[in-house]
This record gives sequence, C-alpha cells and structure tokens, in this order.
Amino acid sequence: MTNHWIDIGNADVIMIIGSNAAENHPCCWKWVERAREKNGAILISVDPRFTRTSSIADIYAPLRSGTDIAFIGGMINYILENELYHKEYVVEYTNAPFLINPDFRFDPETGLFSGYDPERRQYDRSTWTYQVDENGVPLRDKTLQHPNCVFQLLKRHYSRYDLDTVSRITGTPKEKLIEVYEAYAQTGKPGKAGTIMYAMGATQHTYGTQNVRAYAILQLLLGNIGVAGGGVNALRGLHNVQGSTDMCLLFHILPGYLKTPIEKDQSLAQHLERVTPKSNDPQSVNWWKNYPKYMVSLLKAWFGDAATKENDFGFNWLPKNSGNYSHISLFEAMFNGVIKGLIVFGQNPAVGGPNANKERKALEKLDWMVVIDLWHTETANFWRRPGVNPADIKTEVFLLPAASFVEREGSVTNSGRWLQWRWKAIEPVGDAKPDMWITNQIMREIRRLYRTEGGTFPEPILNLTWDYGDGLPDAEEVAREISGRALVDLKDKDGKVIVKAGQQLKNFTQLRDDGSTACGNWLYNYFTEEGNLAKRRDPVDRSGIGLYSNWGWNWPVNRRIIYNRASVHPVTGEPWDKEHPVIRWDPVAKKWVGDVPDGGAPPGTILPFIMKPEGVARIFGFGRTDGPFPEHYEPWESPVRNLLSKTQINPVFKLWETEMNPRGDPDRYPIIATTYRVTEHMQAGGMSRYLPWLVELQPEVFVEMSEELAAEKGIKSGDQVIVESARGQVRGVALVTKRLKPFKVNGQIVHEIGLPWHYGFMGLATGNSANLLTPHVGDANTMIPEFKAFLCDVRKA
Amino acid sequence: MAQVAMLIDLSKCMGCRACQVACKEWNDLEAETTKNRGTYENPPDLSPNTWTRIRFQEDVENGEVRWRFFKEQCLHCTNAPCVAVCPTGALKNHAMGFVSYEEELCNGCAYCANFCPFGIPRMKVVNRLTGEAKATKCTLCQDRVTNGYIPVCAKTCPADAISFGDRETILAKGRKRVEKLRAGGSRRFPDANLYGADVLGGLGVMYVLPEKPEKYGLPTNPESALTVVSAWKEIIQPLGQLALGVGVVSIALNWVVTRRRVTEEQEA
Amino acid sequence: MELSRRNFLKLSGVATGSLLLPTTTAQAREEPSTFPLRKRVGEVPTICTYCAVGCGAIVGVQDGKVVSIEGDPDHPINRGSLCSKGMAMAQIPHNPQRVTKVLYRAPGSAQWEEKSWDWAIPRIARLIKKTRDENWISKTPAGNVVNRTEAIAFLGGSQNTNEECYLWVKALRALGLVYIEHQARI
Repeated sequence: MTNHWIDIGNADVIMIIGSNAAENHPCCWKWVERAREKNGAILISVDPRFTRTSSIADIYAPLRSGTDIAFIGGMINYILENELYHKEYVVEYTNAPFLINPDFRFDPETGLFSGYDPERRQYDRSTWTYQVDENGVPLRDKTLQHPNCVFQLLKRHYSRYDLDTVSRITGTPKEKLIEVYEAYAQTGKPGKAGTIMYAMGATQHTYGTQNVRAYAILQLLLGNIGVAGGGVNALRGLHNVQGSTDMCLLFHILPGYLKTPIEKDQSLAQHLERVTPKSNDPQSVNWWKNYPKYMVSLLKAWFGDAATKENDFGFNWLPKNSGNYSHISLFEAMFNGVIKGLIVFGQNPAVGGPNANKERKALEKLDWMVVIDLWHTETANFWRRPGVNPADIKTEVFLLPAASFVEREGSVTNSGRWLQWRWKAIEPVGDAKPDMWITNQIMREIRRLYRTEGGTFPEPILNLTWDYGDGLPDAEEVAREISGRALVDLKDKDGKVIVKAGQQLKNFTQLRDDGSTACGNWLYNYFTEEGNLAKRRDPVDRSGIGLYSNWGWNWPVNRRIIYNRASVHPVTGEPWDKEHPVIRWDPVAKKWVGDVPDGGAPPGTILPFIMKPEGVARIFGFGRTDGPFPEHYEPWESPVRNLLSKTQINPVFKLWETEMNPRGDPDRYPIIATTYRVTEHMQAGGMSRYLPWLVELQPEVFVEMSEELAAEKGIKSGDQVIVESARGQVRGVALVTKRLKPFKVNGQIVHEIGLPWHYGFMGLATGNSANLLTPHVGDANTMIPEFKAFLCDVRKA
Repeated sequence: MAQVAMLIDLSKCMGCRACQVACKEWNDLEAETTKNRGTYENPPDLSPNTWTRIRFQEDVENGEVRWRFFKEQCLHCTNAPCVAVCPTGALKNHAMGFVSYEEELCNGCAYCANFCPFGIPRMKVVNRLTGEAKATKCTLCQDRVTNGYIPVCAKTCPADAISFGDRETILAKGRKRVEKLRAGGSRRFPDANLYGADVLGGLGVMYVLPEKPEKYGLPTNPESALTVVSAWKEIIQPLGQLALGVGVVSIALNWVVTRRRVTEEQEA
Repeated sequence: MELSRRNFLKLSGVATGSLLLPTTTAQAREEPSTFPLRKRVGEVPTICTYCAVGCGAIVGVQDGKVVSIEGDPDHPINRGSLCSKGMAMAQIPHNPQRVTKVLYRAPGSAQWEEKSWDWAIPRIARLIKKTRDENWISKTPAGNVVNRTEAIAFLGGSQNTNEECYLWVKALRALGLVYIEHQARI
C-alpha cells in the first residue's frame, strides 16, 4: 500500500476493484465505515460477482473478469474529455508534460506499440523514451498541448475507450459506468481524495501489472497519490507477505529490492553501472543513486571481514541469474527434471500453485523435499494423493514441525508497511521448533561439512557471517544485523564522529559504499540505538489523520504515506487538503511538519517522486515489457474476441506450450471461470482446513453460478456439479445465486462462474482445489499466474 | 447496576461471521459437522453449540441485488417470556438488562424454547439414556459483561456493526443511525427502523434494520407471546400443581413433550 | 431446598419440568450479580497470523497453554476486532491434527515414520550439499561466471517473520540458489 489501513478512513470515495476486501480483509472495514460516517464517503464495488463487499457498497458495478483496463481506460477517457483531472498536480508531479520520442507509435488497429517483434514476442523499447535537452534533462510542455507530450498521447490512446465500446467489452451496463465514473472523478478536485483498494483480482492476469498501472494513471490524473485518503493500495493477503517480499525471497531481487546479479554483471562495478539510475535534472533527488551504498553494505553484512574492496566485497560469491526463475518457470524446470531438491517453508503449491495437477506431477520428479509446516499439507503428502501409488514415487520427504506464531518471536510487516513485533506466548508444542532454529541447524551442519570435507565452491558458505550460536538465534540480534551498523567510526565531512564503530545506524542515510557499514536490508532500519522500534506500542495519534507514528515502525524511515510530497502545493508547501494534511511546510521554523516527508528539502526545490530518476510519476511507463500505456487484451483463454484491436492476447507474456498445459477451446469450454478466497479460509487451506470452527462455516468446495446458467444446465442449488477445464476437473456443490448475472458482451451472452481455491485432499474439509483447472501462464512483467479468468464448462455430476 | 444493551446495525453487517466464531471461542462451543447447502450460511440453525449465527438471504429489489445478513441470537427481553415460564430460576432478568442463564439450575423443561417469541433457546441432551436435557442460548457473555468486558461478538465485529454499552447511549445511537439511513445519501433506506426499543419491555439486544422487520423474519408482534405466557401461568401451571398428586402421569407427559422437542431439533 | 430439589430431579431420571414445581420457590433464590470468567482474557500481545491487515491480538495463557485469543483493544488498526479466522486462532497451537514430530517418508514408502531432529538435520544438510556439489554451474557456455545451482529450489516465507526470511535469503544465496520464490509471486 502507498498509504495504510487507517488512512482509508480519510477517503472521500473508495473504489474496491479486483478485491473483495470485506471478505478477505474484514478488519479494514472499520476504516471504510469511518470514511463513510465521517466524510460521507461513497463506496464503489467493481467485481464480476456481487460479493460481501458489494452487499454494503453504495454503487455496485459488475464487470467481466479480465476487463479492468477497458473499465479504467473508459474512466481515464471520461476524465480527460470532461477535464476533471487535477491540472496542477498532473503538470507538476507527473510526466504528462514530457515530450516523447517522435518515433514512438501506437497502432490502434493492431493494438501494438512501436518496436514489436512477433517472433520473440518482445518489444524493442528504444522508441519509448523522453526527448531530452543538451544536458540530458527531459523536455516538457507544461501547457500539455504538444502533440507528442505524454498527456496528448494518453488522450489519443484512451479516446478509443468510449462508453459504448467499454460497455460492450466489460459487460457493465453503460449507466453503471457513468455512475462509477462520475462518483470517482469527483476526487480530481484539489482537497478531495479517492482511494483504490485492489488485490489479486487485479494482478492475477496476463496483463496484471498493466491493470495496476491503469489504476495508478487514474490516481495520478486525479491527484490522489501521496495524499491522505488516497493511494494505490494493494491489500496483501498473508500476515507477512509484505515482509517476505521486502526481504526478497524472490528470484529477481535481494533484500530491500536490490537487483539479483545477472550473467552480464561480471564485476561489482558492472553490476552497479547497470542498475544505478542516473539523472541530470537538478531538481530530481533520484534516490536510487544510493544503490551502491546499499549493495556494498549488504555484502558486508553477509560476508563480514572476508568482503573487501579488493575482492569486490564478495560480489562474485552471489549466484547470478541467466533468465527467469519465477514460480511457473520453477515448476516447469522441476517437471523437466532440472530441480532435484526442494525446500518448502509454510507454502502449499500442490493446492495454491497454478495448474496444480502439473505441479503435483512435477513434485514426483524430485529426489528429495523438505517441508517445514504446522500441518500435513497436500504438498508434503503429494506422494499419497488420490490416484497415485506411493511405491512409484521415489522422492525422499521430510516434514519438519514448525513452531506456531505464538511459540516464537519476531517482527512482521503488514500491508501498510508497518513492522510490528510479535511476542512469544508459549513454548513450542511437542518437538516443534522455531523456523530460525531449523535454518540455523541446517546451515551450521552444511558449514561443518564444507569445513571438514571441502566441496564445490565453498567460499560463500564458509565466508558467510553465521554466528548465531548453536541453538535458537536471537531474533533481536538478527534485527540488528538487518537494520545496519557502523563497522568503523563514521565521520561527517568535518571529521566529527557521528556513529561509533559497532553502533546501530540511525537510518539508511548513514550507509556507505566503502565497506564501513553493514546492513542486511537498507529499507529496514527498525533496530537503532533507541532499541527495537517494531516493539513500540504508543496508541496515541498526534497527526490528526491516523498516522500513529509511534506504533511499531514503518518502512521507509517511518514514513506512513509514501510520495507525500505530492500532497502539497509545489511552491508553497501547503497541503491540497487542509483538513487532512499529511505534511505541511512551516515557513517560520523552515521545516516540514506531519509525516516524515519524502525528501526534507524546502518546497519548490525538489521533485516529489524521489524514487524515479525523472522525479515525477510516470503516466507514460516505459519500464514495463508490454507497453507504456495499459491496453486492453483478452485473457489467454476467452470466449470473445478483442473488440479493440486485432491482437487478441497480451503480445508479450511467455506462452508455456508445454506438456500438461493445454489451452481450452471456447467452443468446448465456453464459460468464464474465476477463482477466489472466502473469509473463512486461508490460502491453500493449511491454516484453516484443520480448524473445526472454520470448517463448520465453509465445509465444502462450492461453485457459484447465475440462475440463468443453472437453468440452462439443469442444475439446482445444492446439486453436485463438475467444472472442467482443458487441464482438469473439480467437483463441488452448486451455489445458484442472484448475485451472479450473465454478461452481455458485444451483444453475446457470456456466463461466468466462480469457485474458491482453498481445498485439497488433506485436512478436515477436503475437496478439489480450483487450481486443478487453472493454467500455467502468467503476467508479462511479473509472471503472476492467470488465476482470475480462464475457460471451463460445468455440468451436473 | 447500570442497564446495558447491544445494538446490531444490519446496515453495516457484511456477513463475515466473526461473531459466530467469537461466540464459540469464548464459550468453548464445539464446531458442528456441516455441509454446503447451496448457500454461504452455516450451521443451518441455532443449536446447543451455536448460540448465534448469521442468516443469509438474497433478493432482488428494483433490479438491484440485496444480500441481507441477519444475526440471530437471544434478544434479552425485559418482559422475557422465557423468564416468566422458567420454573427453576435458571433464566432470570439480570439487573444489568439481560437474561442470565445458569445451566446447573435448568431442569430441561424446554418451556423457554416453547415460549420464546423469537424461537431462540435450544435443548441440549446431557444424558442420552434418560433424555435429560438443558436449555442453551446466548447469555450476552454474562461472565464477561459482569466482569467489565464487553460481549465477545460485539468486541470482535470488524465492521463495528455490533455495539454494546449503556442502554440510553445505545438507544440514542440506534435512533440517530436510523435517521441517517432514512435521510440517506446514495444509499437511502426509507423504511429503516430501530427494532426492540419498546417491545417486550425493551429488548437488551436491538437492531437497526434498513428494511421492515418482516424482511428479516422478525415478528411484528412479539408481545403476543406474553398473552400465551399469562394464560399458561394462570391455567396450565395450577393444573400442573394439581397434577403433582397424579405424579407419574405428569412426568411421563412432560418427558414426551421435552423429548419430542429435542428430537425435532436434532433432526433439523 | 435447592440441593434437594436438584437431587430429586437427578434421581427421577427424567428431564422433568415445572408441572411438578411451585414456581415461587425458584424465583425466591437470590440472583447472582457477577458470574466467574470462564477463562483468562489474553495478556500477551501478538499479531494475527492470517491476512496483512496486521491486527493486534492478545493471547490468554493458562498453565503454559493457550486458552483464548481475541483482538487487542489497544491496537490502532483493529481496536479489538478480529475476523472469523482471527477468532479461530486459539484452535491452532494445541490442535490434535498438528504435526509435532519430525516425520520422514522414505522413497517409495506408503507411510510416514517418526524421526528425531538429530537424525533429520545431518541427513538434510548432506542432501543439500550433495545436490549442490553435483549440480554446480560456475560458468555459462559463453564463459561468464555465474556461480549457481539450479538443482535446488526454495519456496516460502510469507508465513515467517522478517528475521526468519532474512536468515533464509542469506543462507540460500550463499548456497548459490536462484530458484527462490514464494507466495508473493502467485
């Protein structure tokens, strides 16, 4: 989230799209209600199904799964046509006035941007660039009139997204589109705030990144980024999925979103040169210019004294990527026998992974697998799943008992980037052990083996700083390592010692690239000389807008609302919204008051989006693989043709035309299916399908369908039905409901059904995972699977 | 002791059922074995192990879908028919404004269940051989409330749809909310009403209803139960005392009545 | 009187009713003003183990066991609330279905067997080392140094604390893993 949970209470309009927040994040509802009570906020729910969120919304707009770009593109067009955008914000804080390379093109007929190579399914992005002056500073036309400025390109691009066209694509009635557009566009007035709450409904598409980009563009046009009650807010699903992402248990990044080295980076210098952005604009802070400090400090934290300037601080001890190793690639590689061993920590891909039949089959190819969990998950028990003979499966499997959340301590990060400490309440039950104990024991033993026996390339293992004792590592000791410390006395320009050797740093501004500081994650400076800031529990809000700045600790630098310099006027530093000021320039004291500002320089001296080299937010987003503006395409499997262009599917995402991953033919599978979660279950079910109180509430797989489809198929509510896709079958109870309605898409009736994916063959509530149906295809930028729109057929069992 | 009350604002309820689980958690009630019946709703009825539950109901009005959630539980009447008919004092009107319940005093007569205008108490068989039973119902978390904690369902409600506190404050809150819903913004409810302020001497649990009580299956005239109770007290009970002399016949009769109720519930 | 009446009911062996009893007797009994709390209300603060709202909860512990978990009333986000999953958390720690022993399934076997940590840790470390050593890629065919193994993969982290995630990522990168992913991707 750019903002945070309590801040939802500051909104004037709340649009929940691609999320069923009442269902999946119920406790944020306090703040939705607060906004309605206090500000008279309007709540909009946009969803293919009328959900629990829709049930208490002011406006409900149905849309066919996978048509968010059309829906939001239509709103962008509506806002531009009616001049409802926040002009000053758009001119000063976005790249709308920037001039784009005259060779850049978009062809409305093909739906392709310039530089497309159909053979490689890739864009050459060399024309997606700014025009720059002789100093390398981008050229701007602040009147927004230049035909090649981003604003005009945007206007041209979305002029095709008129109400009739959008309604024909999305299936949303035209009057509903107008109702939503009118309500939400009100927030373009300075001083008004609209928030977008989204989740996997937005991201789990082959153009999921572009769905979110569409939200971001909308929010930028309306001046809703950086302000209280605004933002693009990803509602994340697991209690520490934000923290695990920040720590970068992901193939492409290292802690704090540093880049995993790639094959090209043969030296630290080459790596730093490739990834450190440059800016010639004197007003651009370009924060990532500090990248070398963070990378070198990470290497010092990991390799200690062995990391020296002479050996590039051990840079070549880090593995280098030569491609994409994300979830789908990982299981494809496993299926192909590349991966021999798998360690699974509290995850259950046999239920949660796309095309679960294939992923379960892939597990059979492993020599060994270590699962650390509280429960008998389907992944741990894949070798005795229905329909297989355990004798045929040669995988050696370990299931290690993990300590539960009340049996260990440590910090977790919520969706609003708040780090909060979790105290230990009881000793681990039985032989269960805290995860850090397990990691420590395994690593100590591996190090002992390499020390005593030698082995392949032992340097990174033996040079690793791994001194956590022989039992359970102290979580606060690890927190100190993550937060960063001085290795020698750190001096300022005048030679005065600012941090003594061995002391914790105040924050990342004290990090250096010469090896004098060590820091495990530059964004996480929660353990300072003041102590463990994640433990703070001051329940008093002094901000007036619910920042609660002394409760826990927020990354970065305890900033509760990021991009907050965009919440004030560029010259005066006065907040757009005087009732809900995030920060305000005090001209007498000559300092910012309120939240920690995004850059402390006086107003008018720096640009607000400090993480971007151009200093402003990107309406024209040239960093994405599939286009600088979101363009509507159809899902990989869709029953209708793309009404906007000749390109049916996102032209860039990787097609896995592999074994066990067939694509469904719309003639055979004419019904759209979508998957989701229910409030009573958790993800792949390990944490809920063993709890009797939750099983009581949602005991079985169900399939939601409209009365119209049920009548067509002769199905009654409560009947057993079978849903079949090109990849698998799921049995469930028909839940025939008025809450789902067929969509009218370009005059054609299109049915959509939905089913939860929580179930599996273990636990107290068993059943088929909806992921037996889903495909191995993913987003062009992130590779997140397309769980939210695929094709199926349904019949009475 | 100050009078307390609970307000359930159904214009805010989103059917998340945190209250249902909270009730089980605090009161150590076992989960039931259920199946999906083509609805999110579960368990299908109140039971000795389910003292509160959310009923789910779908409807289409003026072309717009409505998904109504109704929290079913003991409403803690001031003139509570169950208290009036309870022969053992297991059910009482507590000074704080709720109907307290002491299971050890219950003799399993099931009159509370038969006379409740809202159909709330359920009988729990404690001895399968003899058919001995005990009444069960929401106690408004009497142990929490009398020790300064609020009922667990009110505490846990993520939507702030359940509030609890001083009766006068709660009443004022309910009335204000109804006015707001009637005046409405984009979401206007002209039929919004506060249910339970006056009926049966005032309910300890009141509802803000966006629509008419019938839409939620609430009786429009729960007072009629009192007439029956009164008749029962004046005629049947003296007869019963007379029957003391008859002895065994009455016991048998009573057993049959109670047993039948218990069986009906189990079958349901 | 009270005691004898209840004894009578017990002895009579049926769920009998007021047909037999004068109601006045029951109503004469003094009403209790307080009822004893069934169990301890939580004291140890924790953070809910489900979604990323990050609700505070308080854990009630009696005799080393969790007896209750409810919302933390001091927590600025949830202010005492928890959803249905959050309210069910008390069923996690002492759940009879929970895995509390090291379990091992030998290749081709149809069942789990209980093992000790002392047995499992060296065995796992040995497998990791063997797989890594046998499947090491120090250079690509083009001659670029890459120092990695593609033969071991890791999944997980979103159920872990930041400190746990950090230790894993540090260990895994030192081991040369590139197939590192978790729920955030999917």
